Amino acid sequence: MNTMQPQAVILIVLIPLMSSYAIPLLGWRWKGSAYFIALIAIGASSVCSLLLLWTVLKQGTIHYHLGGWLPPWGIEYVIDPLNGFMGVVVCGISFLVTLSSKESVEKELPEKKVRFYAIYLLLFTGLMGIVVTGDVFNLYVFLEIASLTAYALIAIGEDGAPLASFNYIIMGTIGACFYLLGVGYLYIVTGSLNIADLAKLLPPLYHSKVVLIALAFFLIGTAIKMGLFPLHVWLPDAYTYAPSAVSSFIAPLMTKVMAYILIRVMFTVFQPSYSIEVIPLTVILSWVAAVAIIVGSIMALAQRDLKRMLAYSSVSQIGYIVLGVGLANKMGLLGAYLHILNHAFMKGCLFLVAGALMYRTGMRNIFQLGMIHRKMPFTMGALVIGALSMIGIPPTAGFFSKWYLILGSIEAQNWVFVAVILASSLLNALYFFRVIENAYFEVSRGHPEGEALIEPNREEVPLSMLIPILVLAAGILLLGLFNERIISGILIFALPPGF
Amino acid sequence: MVDYLISKYNYWVYIFLMMLGFYAMMGKRNLVKKLIGMNIFQTAIILYYISIGVKKGGTLPIFMETAPRAADYINPLPHVLMLTAIVVAVSTTGVALAVLLMIYRRYKTLEENEILKSIR
Repeated sequence: MNTMQPQAVILIVLIPLMSSYAIPLLGWRWKGSAYFIALIAIGASSVCSLLLLWTVLKQGTIHYHLGGWLPPWGIEYVIDPLNGFMGVVVCGISFLVTLSSKESVEKELPEKKVRFYAIYLLLFTGLMGIVVTGDVFNLYVFLEIASLTAYALIAIGEDGAPLASFNYIIMGTIGACFYLLGVGYLYIVTGSLNIADLAKLLPPLYHSKVVLIALAFFLIGTAIKMGLFPLHVWLPDAYTYAPSAVSSFIAPLMTKVMAYILIRVMFTVFQPSYSIEVIPLTVILSWVAAVAIIVGSIMALAQRDLKRMLAYSSVSQIGYIVLGVGLANKMGLLGAYLHILNHAFMKGCLFLVAGALMYRTGMRNIFQLGMIHRKMPFTMGALVIGALSMIGIPPTAGFFSKWYLILGSIEAQNWVFVAVILASSLLNALYFFRVIENAYFEVSRGHPEGEALIEPNREEVPLSMLIPILVLAAGILLLGLFNERIISGILIFALPPGF
Repeated sequence: MVDYLISKYNYWVYIFLMMLGFYAMMGKRNLVKKLIGMNIFQTAIILYYISIGVKKGGTLPIFMETAPRAADYINPLPHVLMLTAIVVAVSTTGVALAVLLMIYRRYKTLEENEILKSIR
């Protein structure tokens, strides 16, 4: 058992990496195998990640030295409660999304199936690598693996997808290059790339301008990557035009993992005291986040396309996470962690519902949904749960992360943020009730042609799509009911020292 | 002041190239020009990394009897890092070119304005 657990650290990345190369080899002969290989690989990673989280919570941080090279020189994988938690979130959501992807990939990309799953697994590898690594340059490499595969996956979508993907390439490369520059600046002053080593070497150098610039580069880089408000321009197009299997995979996970990088850099590489006190960094971040929350919600309100609306709502939800990080107190940070988890569930659920709607009816215009609950009652039920959670109605999960964020704002004595969170909940209610109203009640005025589109006979999506949707919807409720357990059992240990 | 500028000329070159690439990425409307800008941008960073490994009077990082101390060698680590970054840059260019090919086949043009017009 003891020798087995450290190996799980590397297996979590190796299994999907190797499987992604096995897919084209086996898929060449047996086309149907691609889906199952992807599913098994991600399933195996999920088991490893659960095992790791369990071990970390019981025995403390796990270190794994690649090739036996000791940390400051060799690459090190470190699992502490924070990335153990992130690993489980990423693995769990990916597993459910992959499970549901079979039918929609079959329908949207029939002849590209094998290549699709090969790249898809590489993307998963990149995300997991970012989560487990303890080395800033290694993190950059995984960041680029994840980004390159995401560009490719988005580009195979419908009309407009290649241009959206190209814009993402340009923006994403700027983001990754800024991150790389930040690494370079830290390397100049410390000569180290290991996160734990950097954390030790940096404090005496905090007066240096170079360190300050490095932090600035890290922040801008990750902010572009996660689509924080003024830098979000690539995000809505990319999420809207991507194939539905891809947008339901990228939307819940990619931006969350980037938010994880931000937390890691601000609170582990740099000490929290530096990020908070030397410059008013956290103050700036939280104000930017507050603007992001409001603008994202308003933009979502203006959309007619369901996927595009969800994409803009992602912009606003990223704002919540960054607001929690920017508040930089215990409650705020707990809220941010909890929101990473909750939002992954909510967005996963909602994007899967959008995918299911596309699969069954080919519709994405909100105003054409009229009475669709008769046709797809379970899917629409899940949509309602996801929407209620986005609005923040107890006992769904979304309520509790907002609750912690509000507690954090009160603790920071910043009433504007409290008002922002409440106002955005109202905006969320506006644009999600619009969807619910159209799905359950009469067709909207001004769109009389919508009515003819729906035949009243019941026609749910296939079980392989329905089950993940229902599991995620049930997960939203359970996360809400057991949020106290998650906080006191896992997240409280993931807080940076001194909180 | 002049001394200051000259003694740090490698950083000025890197900043200039980076801004050049940045301008091309943001300001140009042709997608291939944007891609070229992206390449310049990435190359500038590679140049910057390479230049921080240099040491006055340092020699190649291969152990020799004539240079027994570690201080006699230039720092090879940034070079190694940049090998990875070059691979990343090449693959990004590859993916971007493939995407441009898809765009060209669909819209028969690589001018952003014309593409946006034909989408609407």
